[in-house]
Amino acid sequence: MSRTLKALIFFAALVAAWALVARARIWSPVLLPSPWSVALYLLGAVRDGTLLEAGLVTLKRLAIGYAAGLSIGLPLGLLTARVRLLQDTLGLLALGLQALPSVCWVPLALLWFGQTEAAMFFVVVMGTVWSVIIATESGIRNVPPIYARAARTMGSRGLHTWVHVMLPAALPFIVGGMKQGWAFAWRSLMAAEIYVTILSGFGLGHLLHYGRELNAMDQVIGIMLVLLAIGLIADKVLFAPWERLLRRRWGTDSK
Amino acid sequence: MTAAIEHQAELHSKLSLRAVSKHFPSGAHPVHALDRVSLEVGESEFVCLVGPSGCGKSTLLNIIAGLERADEGEVLSDGSPVNSPGRDRMVMFQESALFPWLDVRRNVLFGLRLKPGLTRDERRHVADFYLRLVGLEKFARSYVHELSGGMKQRVALARALAPNPRVLLMDEPFAALDALTREQLYGDLQRIWQQRKKTIVFVTHNVREAACLGDRVILFSRNPGRIREQFQINLPRPRDINSIELARYATEITAALRSHGRDATAEGPA
Repeated sequence: MSRTLKALIFFAALVAAWALVARARIWSPVLLPSPWSVALYLLGAVRDGTLLEAGLVTLKRLAIGYAAGLSIGLPLGLLTARVRLLQDTLGLLALGLQALPSVCWVPLALLWFGQTEAAMFFVVVMGTVWSVIIATESGIRNVPPIYARAARTMGSRGLHTWVHVMLPAALPFIVGGMKQGWAFAWRSLMAAEIYVTILSGFGLGHLLHYGRELNAMDQVIGIMLVLLAIGLIADKVLFAPWERLLRRRWGTDSK
Repeated sequence: MTAAIEHQAELHSKLSLRAVSKHFPSGAHPVHALDRVSLEVGESEFVCLVGPSGCGKSTLLNIIAGLERADEGEVLSDGSPVNSPGRDRMVMFQESALFPWLDVRRNVLFGLRLKPGLTRDERRHVADFYLRLVGLEKFARSYVHELSGGMKQRVALARALAPNPRVLLMDEPFAALDALTREQLYGDLQRIWQQRKKTIVFVTHNVREAACLGDRVILFSRNPGRIREQFQINLPRPRDINSIELARYATEITAALRSHGRDATAEGPA
């Protein structure tokens, strides 16, 4: 409870400092709007529905692309850990592509798919899939061999060993990879939305882009705050419960 | 009924090792880990394998467990050849090898779930029975990281005993524990062994430990790994590791160990 309070005080202090600087008029309000005018913009955007609509468009793209990235990446990661040939081929490719900034996929996606939802989907999947493959593979590789040996002596074989020993043992790595995949997916989607206009739906990235076009700094900062909040909430809702579970079971609390 | 069957079974060998050999290819000098090792272990017998590090005693245990294959020779468990791990031979490792994602009871249940013919209630009943046997019934819901080293090995013991194997294979299970905890576990293991009447093969490099636990202590030498000598320990149980009679046996075995190996010591090289 007191930790939440401390976080609240910290953010309140940040906003207060911002308000003071804006009030001092060191920079033009066109460049540094006050927290109040940003709040007014957000309120207006909520009222006329643009924010909600754009948020839904973006989150839908993110959810579908991320889910697809996971369902491709997890099995491929398992196979890569298991099959030497895949490790030497796909593993290497994944390692290289994981390091590629995912915005680099955007030009290719545009040429292949045009200004369509498919291009967005492709960019998000490419952002997710490689880091999930890498994390799953190294998770499986880092499972102490004694677990599998112990399981074998108790009669566990094949699929049972994978489902009941290897996967749970690799879970800390896999969750880490899922989290990283999520961050990459989120970044690549924002890059794509800022970069390309797609008529089938205006996402948060587009709002940000038009904020710049219109020189509307309150919009730019307002949308950035929304993106920040989405990132935080996703972390707390999607990953924090897993991480709590892992800490409780593995006892790897950093405190 | 069971008593009669067990008595009869005592006439037979539980484990038969026939001229078991094993080599490990390692560069220009392949390691001759085991050289035609033959050994008979009787029903409910407690046998300790002692020797310097690298004498192949752990390899032998893995071969009996079915985790490794012998290059030559064969292992018979109750007359049938061993080719793979089986529930009749459970293993306890030096590290507890417990699963951190399961609580203590589920760790013990792991092997039971793989054993056919048990209902859910029966499995749970058996798991709780063995947790009581090792004195950890209060920790059934704890996770592995919440236990001390000694408690982990108790859970590992309960997990190995739960599927009711005929043979228990123990690979230096107490080596990583402090002396006090170890002595406590010697007492527990002797008590449990007498209650459950298992055949135990126990690998250690600690001569005193071997003399304290074993009916018979088998002395190995290394390079190549061979059986050098056997000692029958004729002391009543439960045995106290600090007793003078036991020290006498330990001294005798240590002396034999020294005379066999150039650099073989009771503790083995660091």
